[in-house]
Order: sequence, then C-alpha cells, then structure tokens
Amino acid sequence: MQDFGYPVLTSLIVLPLIAAAALAFFKSETAIRAFTFVVGLLECLLCLPLLHFDMTTADFQFVEKAAWLPQWGISYYLGADGISLYMILLSALLLPLCVLCSWTYIGKRIKEFHFCLLLMTTASVGVFAALDFVLFYIFWEALLVPMYLLIAVWGGPRRGYASIKFFLYTLAGSTLLLVAIVAFWKTTGTFSIPDLMTHSYSFRFQFWAFLAMALAFAIKVPMFPFHTWLPAAHVEAPSAGSVILAAVLIKMGAYGFMRFCLPLAPDASQYFAPMMIAISIASIIYGGFIALGQKDIKRLVAYSSVGHMGFVTLGIFLFNKAGIQGALLVMLNHGITTGALFMMIGTIYERSHSREIADNLGLGKFLPGFMFFWGVFALSSLGFPGTNSFVGELFVLVGAFYKSTWIGFLAVPGAMLAAAYMLRLSLKLAWGRPRASKSKFWPDLNTREWFYLAPMAILVFYIGLAPRLAIDALSPSIDKLVTVMQPKTAITYQIDIEKTANGG
Amino acid sequence: MKAVLFLSEFYQLGLVLALLAASVAGQEEDRDPVWLPFVAWLGAAVAFGNLGARGMMFWDAYKVDALSQFFKLAISVGFAIAVTNAIRQPLLERAKRADYFMLMSFSALGLMLLSSCVELITIYVALELASYALYALIPLRAQDKRAAEAAIKYILFGAMVTALSLYGLSYIINGQHTTYIAELANKPWSVAASPMAVIGLTLFLAGFFYKLAMFPFHFWCPDVYQGTSNETAAYVATLPKLGAVVILVRLASILKPGLEITTILAVLGAASMTFGNLAALAQTDLKRLLGYSSVAHAGYVMLGLVSGTGIGMAAAAFYSLIYILMNLTCFWVICRIAKNGENVSLADLGGLYKKAPGLAFILAVSAFALVGLPPTAGFTGKLFLLSSAWDHGYNWLVIVAVLNTAISIYYYLNMVRHAYTTEAATEEPATAVPAYSMAFGAGLSAVLLLLGILPGPVYDLAVRAGLQILP
Repeated sequence: MQDFGYPVLTSLIVLPLIAAAALAFFKSETAIRAFTFVVGLLECLLCLPLLHFDMTTADFQFVEKAAWLPQWGISYYLGADGISLYMILLSALLLPLCVLCSWTYIGKRIKEFHFCLLLMTTASVGVFAALDFVLFYIFWEALLVPMYLLIAVWGGPRRGYASIKFFLYTLAGSTLLLVAIVAFWKTTGTFSIPDLMTHSYSFRFQFWAFLAMALAFAIKVPMFPFHTWLPAAHVEAPSAGSVILAAVLIKMGAYGFMRFCLPLAPDASQYFAPMMIAISIASIIYGGFIALGQKDIKRLVAYSSVGHMGFVTLGIFLFNKAGIQGALLVMLNHGITTGALFMMIGTIYERSHSREIADNLGLGKFLPGFMFFWGVFALSSLGFPGTNSFVGELFVLVGAFYKSTWIGFLAVPGAMLAAAYMLRLSLKLAWGRPRASKSKFWPDLNTREWFYLAPMAILVFYIGLAPRLAIDALSPSIDKLVTVMQPKTAITYQIDIEKTANGG
Repeated sequence: MKAVLFLSEFYQLGLVLALLAASVAGQEEDRDPVWLPFVAWLGAAVAFGNLGARGMMFWDAYKVDALSQFFKLAISVGFAIAVTNAIRQPLLERAKRADYFMLMSFSALGLMLLSSCVELITIYVALELASYALYALIPLRAQDKRAAEAAIKYILFGAMVTALSLYGLSYIINGQHTTYIAELANKPWSVAASPMAVIGLTLFLAGFFYKLAMFPFHFWCPDVYQGTSNETAAYVATLPKLGAVVILVRLASILKPGLEITTILAVLGAASMTFGNLAALAQTDLKRLLGYSSVAHAGYVMLGLVSGTGIGMAAAAFYSLIYILMNLTCFWVICRIAKNGENVSLADLGGLYKKAPGLAFILAVSAFALVGLPPTAGFTGKLFLLSSAWDHGYNWLVIVAVLNTAISIYYYLNMVRHAYTTEAATEEPATAVPAYSMAFGAGLSAVLLLLGILPGPVYDLAVRAGLQILP
C-alpha cells in the first residue's frame, strides 16, 4: 500500500531545491512567479500519496533510510507519523498559496524572493519528516537563513532590527539543542530518533537534556517570556514571510516538544510539567491581553499567535489524550487560520498601504468579498463552533479540566480574550467610520486573491465540521505518546528525584 | 626509495628555487610568475598522490605518516588557493612579485616540514623556517606604513614568543632528558611528577599558540591582518594555523585529559573563543573582524585536542582544514571587492548583491560556514568537534563553545546583512569580476557546501590521521 514507485518524502524535499536552482535560468518576472507556482502545485500533487496514510498504526510510515555518515551513525532517515503528517501537508500547501499572495505584494528582487520561498519549503518539510536527530537539526537551522533574508530584504521599515532579533533569538536557543543531540548520541550511540525512543535515560540526564531542548523549542514556539522576537518579526515580514512564520516555523517548536521532549525525557517532562503549564497559561493570558491593546492589525494577530501557541504547549504538557490531540489540532488550525489572516492583512495592506486599524475602517460596505473571508477567519481564530479552531481548543480545554479543574479554569479566559480582541478588530474593520473615504475606491478581492483564500476557508469548515478524519489520523501516534508518559507514575519519579538529590 | 617519501617537500623546494631564479633573472618587468597558480595546483596534486607514503627519516626525527600527509595535502591546497588569490594583487610592484611568492612558498615549505617533525628541536627549526619568511612577507604592500607597522609587531611579538618557546624547550630537556615525542609520551606529565617539564611544555606551546593566535597570544593578529595587504592576510590567517594544529595533534599523546597542561589548553581555548567573539562584535574593518574570528576559531579547535581520543584529533584536523577553506573563501571575496587593494569595511559591502550578486552569495556561504550553520562544512566540522569532546571531562568547554556560536552569529550575520540588505553609500557601477575569478570563488563555496553535505571521504582521511596518533 505504501509503495508509490517513488520516495514520497524525498521528492517533497528535493523538488523545491531543484526548482530553486532552476530559477537561475529565468529572466522574466512573470515567468519566475509562474514557474514557482507550478512547482508549488507539483509539490502538492506529490503530497497526494501521503493521504494513503495508514491510520491504524503509530509506526513511522513512508520511511526512507540511507547511510549518510556511517562513521558517526548519521543517516538520511525520513518518515511521517500522525504528529508530523499534517505539518508536512501544510508546508507543501503553503508554497503555491504564498506565491499567489506575493504576486503583486513583492515588487523587487523577485528571483531571490522565490529562491528563498522554495528553500523554506524544502527545509520545513525536512524538519517534520526527519527521523535522524542530526538531519532534523540541519533542516531546523537551514530554515533560518531564507527566513532571515525574507524579513531583512523584503520587510517593513524596521526590518534590520526585526530580522537580526529573529535570527539571534532562534539560533541562540538552538545551540544548546546541539549539545543535547551530542549527549544523546554519546549515551546511546545512535542519532536515529525511533531508536532513541526505545532507550531509557537516567533522570539526571533527562533533566539537563529536557532543559537544553526545551529552551530551543520554547523560543521557537514562542512561549512567554521568550516571545518578543515574534511580534517584531511578524510586523516587519512580508505577507508570505508572516504566513510561513505563523503556519510552519513556530509549529516547529511545538513539534519539537512532542517529538523529542516527551518521548526522550518523559520523567523530566513530568517533573517540569507544572512549570510548563504555568508558562503556557501565562502565554495565553498575556498574549490575549496584549493583543487587546494593539493598534496595528498585524501586531494584534501576532500576539494572538502567542496566545494560541500557549494552548498548544498547554495541551502537550497535560499528558492526556484529549490534551495532546487538541494541541496537534490547534497547531494545524492555527497554521490555517492565522496563515490566512496574514494573507488577508497583506491584501488590505496592498490597498491602504497601512496596517493600522484606524486606516482600514469600514470596509464592509466597499469590500464585501474581503470582509466575508475576514469574517470566516476571524471567527475561526476565536474558536467559533463550526470552525476548525473550535475543535482544537475544545479538546485542550477538556484535557485541562480532566487534569485539574484549576488549570481548565485558568485557561478559559484565554478563549474569551480571543473573542474580545478578534471581535473588536472585526467590528472596526467592517463597520468603523472611515476617516477619509479613500476606501471607496479600493477594489474588492480579485480572482487571484479568491484563489488563494478559498482553499484556506474550505479547510476551516472542513476541519470544523468533520474533524473525524484529522483526529483519526492522529490517534495512534497520540496513544503511543500518552503511553510513554504513563508507566512512570508519580511515585517512581519521586524516587528518581531523591536519587538525584543524593548525587545518584 | 626514501626520496618518494619526501616528494611534496621536494616539489615545494623546487618551487622555491624556481621563484628564486625568477627573482634574479631577466628584466625587472619580467619578474611576474604568472605560471605559479598552475604549478601550485600541480603541487596539490602531488601531495594528493603522496597521501599513502609512510616511513621514518633522519634518525627518527622526521615521520611521514597519515597525519603528516593529510596536513601536507591541506597545506598545499591552501597554498594553491592563496597563490591563486594573490597572483594579481594590485598593491605589489611587478618587480617584487617573484620575491613575494618565493617567501610565501618558503613559508609553506616550512609548514610542510613541520607537519612531519616528531622531535622537538626539529619542530623548532621547521617552525622558524615557516615564520621567517612571513616576517619578510608582511610589509610587502606598496610602501604602506601600516604594513610596516604590522610587520614590526609581528616580528617583535614573534621573537619574544620564540624566545619563550626555546626557554621552555630547555626545561623539557632538563626534566625529561629526551626530545623525541614518542619517548616523551611515556614520561609522567603531571605537575606533581615533573613540575619543570610541565612548565617547559607550557612555554614551548606558547610558540604554537602564537601561530594559532590563541588568547593571550593573539594581540598581533587583528593588527597584522589589518596592516598587511588583503592577499597576504589571507595567507597569514590560514596556513600557519595548520602548522600549529599539526604539532598540537602530535603532542596529543602527551596531553592526556585530566592533566594540568590539558586543562590549561581547555581554559585557554574557552578564553580564546569568548574573547575573540566578543571583540569581533565591535569591529568594522572586515580583516580585523576576521582576525578576531580566527582567535575564536583557535579556541574551537581545542575542543578536539583536549578530548584525548583519536576521533578528537581527527575532528581537530578536519576542522582546521575546513577553517582554512572558509577563511580563504571569505578572503577571496574581500580581495575581489577591495578597491585598488585597500582595506574593506563592513560599509563597503553595502549593495554588493546588486554590484556583484555572485560574490555576495559566496560571501554569504562562507559567513554561514564560519558561524557553523548547516548545511555548510562549518557545521559538520563543529559537530565532529562537539561530539568528540563530549564526555571526556570537558563538557563545560562544549557548552562554552556552543554559547560562543550564539555570540558569533551577530557579526557574521552582519556581513551578510550589509551585503544583501543595505545599499551602497554612493551609486557605483557593477564591480567587474573576471569570469575565471567568479568561477573559482563559486568552486570554493561549492566545496564548502559539499563538505557539509558529504564530508565522508575527507573525514576518513582525518580519522586515519587521528587514529594513528591515538589508536
């Protein structure tokens, strides 16, 4: 069933890479855009075999393995399971959509822009598909360079500051991850992630490994108080950059928690869970309140991301099925919804040349198509029943209440805050009284814009109304993850802690 | 039969003699050895062909083995790149060119000899051979006072350190009664057992720390790079480091983990990377920046050296090869964009993406390699170093090293930022770069990427070299 005559994941990684090299032969700007768009569609087509995903097993599927550096036991090892499947699909889907949403938005250095876009697709698929720790790290770091250039070259007025801050923060965080990778290798003699999961590690080792990994992932997510790079990067990044940042890049952090921290350091994860839950709730509340006070649309959505990602990390560290399922769904849904919101901010920016709420009032009358899509995505963002985000957040909240009433009780205001800032923003955009009646002359969405927003809107309703499919695919992997966390009861790890305290 | 063992050195010596002949023959105008790059690359091929040579010479003071041949290959490749880079330098009169390259070849010859020495006095002589040529090479920059100043600094500092080194040597002889490394390895090297020898070895190593520009022997480094011509700096920044690393690897059988002397090495390494990176943050002259960056990189190499394993030595050898390639690539761009051979500042990189997109790309590759970002060779080199050092008693050094990587991002990234995002201060025409020059630079950056993706074969050579020192 899994043999499609070609290595699916490798082709997803290699195709954009070859296309990026091929860009060198193009001269015309339209040809570059069209070519990249076609490559994007091809990439999506190549993804289709992934839909044959076997939903009954937690094993890695579509596995490809080849020795790479046998001296060090580093291999080219790819595979997908329920945790990574949707993120791979989303990464591929975003490529053609990002080309479309940059069609007129990006006006200079077209070739370099699409070069970066293609490299980012390669790296993001690679991050989620890699089953070798070193390979993972390579893709993880490789994503930074094109993203940096995207912000630094095509960004807003403070792009220099934002791009350096983004790069420094994320790279500084992941340097210790490299040490953790080396330490795992020294302890077990392998870089293969599935093999690493079969070993058990001393609590002392897990303690430090967890800290080193969690720092890298927490910065990427970003969790409060490491979030400050995100609003800066979002506000300055071009539309496509923001979309990928929101939909893929920050998901890598949450993915890292699920793929590495929980299975490799289960006891330490238990030990640190209260702290992680507290930080998550702080992120939710903090992100929500700050978003409430923003005047810039993009900044508002950026802070809402901090809040939504708080739900993700909260779900992960509840260690129950509902929580982790919810976390994965919120990850996927936030990618779709917030990605779409950033695309929409790009479209309105092209008309008003301002991202201030005050400059974009009263669009309902003149841009009904725009407001229709905005309404869909805004409602989805605040978790309105029937849209995709509702399912994910509901699961996380169920998991939270299941774990402890207090955690649930503390997380609920986050959902209400989301409604408050999103509705306030949408209200102003739709019915606010415009200062000058410039907006009368703005054209409504054109075909191209319909074309890249519609798939996202369809996904919003599809996952919102029929979440079964998504949940089914995730279940086996989540069950496995939850069982990893279960056998160590509170008592045994209490003993471990005592051992550590006694120098064991 | 034995002459085959000596093939690379003979070839280099022949090169020196040919250049000597060229420097006295004919009219002054004819003394421009344009043929040199081809001959130098042929030398690299000779060194490659001679990789398998093994044997002992000169009463066991000279050992041709996997380690020496690996380094001879690295030195001859580095020399060929440096010569190709320097052949058309604008700030050197034609009449002086043959002399200039003769000195450079002489220095490379000294380094080649150094990589085979296994006896302390021979090491000392080879080191001096490599250094003397450099003292004369550095001031050759078109009557430039700064170059003269750089040369004075280099020679004064060098003489001082050499004296220290000799003084240390006398202590070692006094304490251990031998100068053969193989015999020294069997002697006790703790402070308690032989205090005099440990002090002696520390002083002796100072000579190599100086070559390596390791803290606190680095003070010459940024000044010399800045003062001398771009092309000379490219040479001084790279090849002599190989000579220092090879000797430190040779001495590894003495520097066992846990010994005081090894800890000194680790501490100096940590200080070197931290100081180098912090100082580099504030630089605006590119050569000064690279000078401090090389101080930091000297520190990284210590990670492999203190591990006390063959794999660690291999990692150090591999990294030093990568290091010279990264630096030579970076210098290649600097030499191409320097207007009339002048120094290049960060601001001069502005608008490079427009003036010379190819050079901007090559610069970006080398900068990201110097950071140690995948998928460049800098990353694989660093990964090998970190993995070899972990769990050998110097985990703190590993942590210091990765934290330093985080510091170093800023200034390397700054180079890329200037090249890609800022505009030129004045509107200038596109920098004319000859096609062959661009192709060569592209080749260098391709090698950096290739060694990042497929380091296997070259790393195998390094492993063979490392395991031979510490099985």
